Amino acid sequence: MTHSARLDTTFAALADSTRRAILAQLTFGEASVTELARPFAMSQPAISKHLGVLERAGLISRRRDAQRRLCRLRARPLAEASGWLEGYRRFWDESFQRLDALLAEMKTRRQRARPKQGGHR
Amino acid sequence: MKNTGTLAVTTPTDRGIVMTRVFDAPRRLVFDAWTKPELLKRWLGVFGGWSLAVCEIDLRVGGGYRYVWRGPDGAEMGMRGVYREIVPPERLVATESFDEPWYPGEAVDTIVLREHGGRTTATTTVLYQSREARDIALKSGMEQGVAAGYDKLAELLASQVAQGGSSSGV
Repeated sequence: MTHSARLDTTFAALADSTRRAILAQLTFGEASVTELARPFAMSQPAISKHLGVLERAGLISRRRDAQRRLCRLRARPLAEASGWLEGYRRFWDESFQRLDALLAEMKTRRQRARPKQGGHR
Repeated sequence: MKNTGTLAVTTPTDRGIVMTRVFDAPRRLVFDAWTKPELLKRWLGVFGGWSLAVCEIDLRVGGGYRYVWRGPDGAEMGMRGVYREIVPPERLVATESFDEPWYPGEAVDTIVLREHGGRTTATTTVLYQSREARDIALKSGMEQGVAAGYDKLAELLASQVAQGGSSSGV
């Protein structure tokens, strides 16, 4: 899969509140399908469907441990997805830090230009 | 100085990106910094070896602006747009389109400046023509280059757990 197609898959998987809630639960560690289904008014097959989407997007991995089917979070696709907003953010964050410095300079210049109006000395 | 300097980026609607930032200066100065070429050249997209080499502004409704950034190895990125609303020092609305389009259609930027006690809260809304265009714009931003950590999303997810915790009774 290309980088861009991979992001599409990640975001399609994240575009559902149940799946985001499942991922949120998994940030606390590995959990069984039964544990993950508990907070939702949903059948286990319905939850399993969501888990399938998350697994295909590479957001979780599943394994069997005796009777239990366990899920865990996989970090890499999430790192890419959070970088998505981050790149946009960076342009403005870096720019605005420059703007801070410029505004400080403008304020100083304005105070110097009108020393009597301020009346603070 | 609380809240000054923290940039919030959100996607509250399907087609929009909203950024909020507090500056420790009156809005008159912020408005000038956003509309005067000699001032814009000092800050807009000026980092990582890039400069805002061309900045031309015809500040009237229906007037245009033109920006060209130059980067390392002679790379260039140009954009232009037309002003739709100008209300100094509180509001500016303009279209934006890039010379080499990286998202479909043009977008509309709205900058609103609110002043409280000598500080200015700038809220910038970028409204794209479609959700697809918005998502492409965001993705391209990412592909330009940041390998960001997993921490932020984990935090976000954890905060959703905290919020959802009470309603689900867990």
